[in-house]
Amino acid sequence: MPLLVERRQLVSPGDLLAEGEYLAGDNAYKDDGRIYAQRLGLADVRGKRVSVVALKGPYIPRVGDLVIGRIVDTTLGGWIVDINSPYTANLSVSDVTGKPFSPEMVSLTKILALGDIVIAKISAFDRTRDPALTIKERGLGKVEGGVVIDLTPTKVPRLIGKKGSMINMIKQLTGCEIIAGQNGKVLIKGRNLKMVELAIHSVRMVEEQAHTSGLTDRIRKFIEEEKEKF
Amino acid sequence: MEESRQKLIGENGLRIDGRKPDELRPIRMEVGLLANADGSAYIEQGKSKIIVAVYGPREVHPKHLGLSDRAIVRCRYHMAPFSTQERKSPAPSRREIELSKIIREAFEPVIFSEYYPRSMIDIFIEVLQSDGGTRCAGITAASLALADAGIPLRDLVASCAVGKVEGCLIVDLNDEEDKEGEADMPVAYIPALDTVSLLQMDGQLTEEEFVEALKMAKEACMRIYQMQKQALKQKYVEAKEAVEEQE
Repeated sequence: MPLLVERRQLVSPGDLLAEGEYLAGDNAYKDDGRIYAQRLGLADVRGKRVSVVALKGPYIPRVGDLVIGRIVDTTLGGWIVDINSPYTANLSVSDVTGKPFSPEMVSLTKILALGDIVIAKISAFDRTRDPALTIKERGLGKVEGGVVIDLTPTKVPRLIGKKGSMINMIKQLTGCEIIAGQNGKVLIKGRNLKMVELAIHSVRMVEEQAHTSGLTDRIRKFIEEEKEKF
Repeated sequence: MEESRQKLIGENGLRIDGRKPDELRPIRMEVGLLANADGSAYIEQGKSKIIVAVYGPREVHPKHLGLSDRAIVRCRYHMAPFSTQERKSPAPSRREIELSKIIREAFEPVIFSEYYPRSMIDIFIEVLQSDGGTRCAGITAASLALADAGIPLRDLVASCAVGKVEGCLIVDLNDEEDKEGEADMPVAYIPALDTVSLLQMDGQLTEEEFVEALKMAKEACMRIYQMQKQALKQKYVEAKEAVEEQE
């Protein structure tokens, strides 16, 4: 019953990870007592559970996720939002305003126009229906300024880091406001353009080097060195 | 005419391009070269050159084509008009439509399509230059593109043809060996499942030859499989080495 991989070892689909009484975690599957990887990523072992931290992949909505989306269409009672996923999300009027709403009186596009960017939370999703969003919480709603950059959705947890260590460090050093949507969209806002550029660069660096160790320290060093050049 | 034709197997037992019977053509693979596709790969196998793009899982259009329990997988195998000796009409031919179908079916056992209901996964295989074995090289490259797109797979699919020329079984036929030879048998193999997901044959083999040919095909697929794994990991290994070098 051997474990055939080390923690953080690079594996590809079909690589044999373990045999015997281990359990298949995320991005791994069990077939005939053997555990194989499903995706390209880094192996992870927690007790008896063997999983793979994927390096690239689509965003699949989960209830409670914070996402950054773009309004692409309106319906009778709400909006259709592109959330960078195989499924488009629905945002209903009742999840936007508390006021009563009649479609004859007010145009929906007066509230949120096509192309607007919103920070939202997934309020419901299952395999049979498209995800529903809400923006009726603190910190959610229409984005009024800043830059949105794309990241592979699977690398968002790395950007956030353990208890937010990575993202907080970048925020603190650059003085920018950074909001990472679980769907791979990252909003960066700041007063100083140079700092915004530096923050973008740092996020890109996290994406490229997500699978290496000692990353937080390396990013810190990078930002500090760049700041000295200003 | 008959006399002037070059023999496919020389006196020394080597083939027209100097390969041994069980030797593959030189193979080069590259992953993730298209920025606009979710996953992509490029393969050069001898003189055959193929580029593959994978999109998805993405929304199905029109919506009624979607399935409520799994993703649909679509595949298009296409040869560029300039890929052959004579210009090929860009319209899909009977052969291309058939190959698109069998390539799609070669991938159905490995894709976890049940993870993404009501969505679709598109595979586009574009043959840029053809010198035989393009369906096999296309499958090999499409596996890489699927893995690059981050689509969960049971395993990579490796593919290679085996054929017979002048009574001798040979691996990875080029265009001339395919056309002049007695048999050609493309095989797609899934190592982790020990499954053959594509097997076609034109020409004739005896039962013993068939068994031997299948064994040779699996061995060739295993060699290609190792190259696929290496090609997939290459980019990340390089990034890691670059970082380690800095320190």
